[in-house]
Amino acid sequence: MPSAAFEQSLVSRIQLRFRRSEAVRGYTLLSPTLTIILLGLLFPLMILVTLSFWKQEYVDLIQTFTLTNYADFFRKKIYYLILYRSIRISLLVMLVTVLLAYPLAYFIAFHVKWNKMIWIILVTIPFWTSYLLRVFSWKVILGYNGVINSGLMSLGIIAEPLEFLLYNPIAVVITLAHAWAAVAILPIYVSLEKIDRSLIEASRDLGESAFMTFIRVTLPLSLPGVIAASLLVFIPTVGDYVTPSLVGGTRGIMIGNIIQSMFGKALNWPLGAALSIISMITVTLVVCLLLGATQLFRKKVA
Amino acid sequence: MSEVIISINNVTKDFGNVRAVNNANLDVLKGEFFSLLGPSGCGKTTLLRMLAGFELPTEGTIDIDGQDVTLSPPNIRPVNMVFQNYAIFPHLNVSQNIAFGMRKSGLSKQELDERIEQMLELIKLPGYGDRGSNELSGGQRQRVALARALIKQPKVLLLDEPLGALDKKLREQMQIELRLLQQQVGITFVFVTHDQEEALTLSDRIAVMNQGDIIEVSTPGSLYEQPQSRFVADFIGTMNFFDCTLKDFSDGIAIGEASELGSVRIATPQTIVTPGNDFTLAVRPEKFSISFEQPDQQYNSVLGRMGPSAYLGDRSHLYVHVKGREYPISVALQNLTGVLDQMYTTDRKVWLTWSDDSAVMLPMEG
Repeated sequence: MPSAAFEQSLVSRIQLRFRRSEAVRGYTLLSPTLTIILLGLLFPLMILVTLSFWKQEYVDLIQTFTLTNYADFFRKKIYYLILYRSIRISLLVMLVTVLLAYPLAYFIAFHVKWNKMIWIILVTIPFWTSYLLRVFSWKVILGYNGVINSGLMSLGIIAEPLEFLLYNPIAVVITLAHAWAAVAILPIYVSLEKIDRSLIEASRDLGESAFMTFIRVTLPLSLPGVIAASLLVFIPTVGDYVTPSLVGGTRGIMIGNIIQSMFGKALNWPLGAALSIISMITVTLVVCLLLGATQLFRKKVA
Repeated sequence: MSEVIISINNVTKDFGNVRAVNNANLDVLKGEFFSLLGPSGCGKTTLLRMLAGFELPTEGTIDIDGQDVTLSPPNIRPVNMVFQNYAIFPHLNVSQNIAFGMRKSGLSKQELDERIEQMLELIKLPGYGDRGSNELSGGQRQRVALARALIKQPKVLLLDEPLGALDKKLREQMQIELRLLQQQVGITFVFVTHDQEEALTLSDRIAVMNQGDIIEVSTPGSLYEQPQSRFVADFIGTMNFFDCTLKDFSDGIAIGEASELGSVRIATPQTIVTPGNDFTLAVRPEKFSISFEQPDQQYNSVLGRMGPSAYLGDRSHLYVHVKGREYPISVALQNLTGVLDQMYTTDRKVWLTWSDDSAVMLPMEG
């Protein structure tokens, strides 16, 4: 039985250690997040990895190690093609979103003199409605009897409704780009806002035009925001299945739709798991490539 | 020799309802170290930014090197600027910062590298080329900002309080270096500062500004010894002011009568008022002589009582109370011997005297 004095000194020693060590304090601060990540991300991921090495036979899960699912991915062209298409669509969404977001973020950061907060709030307004609702509204706009078609018809510009508006990859890109706009605008705005205005003046003073100042100073300094925006848009849209299933049609199917059907109607969880893992790895690779490319760009403008 | 390089003609700048610069007229000569001096908000930085092209004048014209640049954008003006916060590009290293403005110089990579090396020598940072901009101290950033501007070989270098962020010792060292550098490269410097001592140390000529107006343009010596207005006399250094009435003026000697001082004599080629009128007499603290016995002279002397004193090491500031005067007279004394503390005890009676040519006549104000 330890004495009270010993307990006392133990407590104070722990306290002292806590106060002395920055690392201990840091981990304490991290612990709630770490717990959630461990429970909510790492365990499901491990289950997914395990699952991907099992096999489904009708309704039974065969719990022996096999690479069949991965082999299936490379054997059957359809999965590979759809993953490739998903990456392409997401890269396009990322490009469109960032290109549309940058000028708006630039405007708010450099040209709005007061009430910037109002502009920021306005930017987030689309987020106030449900994601599903926003996708549906695009369906209403782009549809066969939708806003654009009926508008153009009543103006007499077209006789028949345009059929290429909905149920294709472009409709997916438009819808996703709109849905993720705010996510792209905010980090770009923050990185632009942080740029010291005297740096821009210095560049002008050293003989560069407004355009070259943008290329050599503003853009490189806002690159962290652009990268953050790109990743924030690209990564989640690769796996999106709501938008493609609502506005994508058959030509707009993405990997998320396949994975969803594997865990649903197709009832092949191991294959679904394997596809998830593969698309996760692919996304990681593409992100690494993107980061490498920006590093290269940074060196080039310097 | 005295060729005009910058000519500011009737320049006015309004920000909304606020007039930052009011009808400024100024010529800066080639090769000159010219300072714009004034309290904060006096318009000196606005005037400098109009020279750089970051602000456009509301009225008036600016000529640089014979060209009207009033409305030219900053990138085509033959001037470069050293910013108050130095504005070192954080994404570039020291060499890249210095080379920033040389993209269109037409120099080969090798020639440019040589020039950068020369600039690094000039600013005494050889071998610093590969350092990241965030690895530099304040003084080093300032040097890099200088090199980045000087490599462009501008007609005029504009400096916006470049020493303000440095500590006192480093600032004094940089002042000397800046002055040497300017003589070395022979470029016209226009220097903005609120620090009068700094302006006196560095400048060939100084324009004193207040509330958007250029009050006086002159050499440091003449601004200090012969200021033309009470504002300048007060802003630069310390000055004692006395209300005076002019009695007589002949042969370069003005005789006046001050209620606090009695009879005064001022050596001056001409007077600013005619006899019978009032003026302000101004005497610097260091112009006074102090003694414990009554001097022989009937003028330029006053009896006082010792007030508080401040010991500053190389010199002491004494405050002497004079009958009928609200504030004590400020007297500065070189500490030639080490016995001041005992001699100048509070309430001791002292006589202050000064010479004819050490007092200045100023017009009455307010």
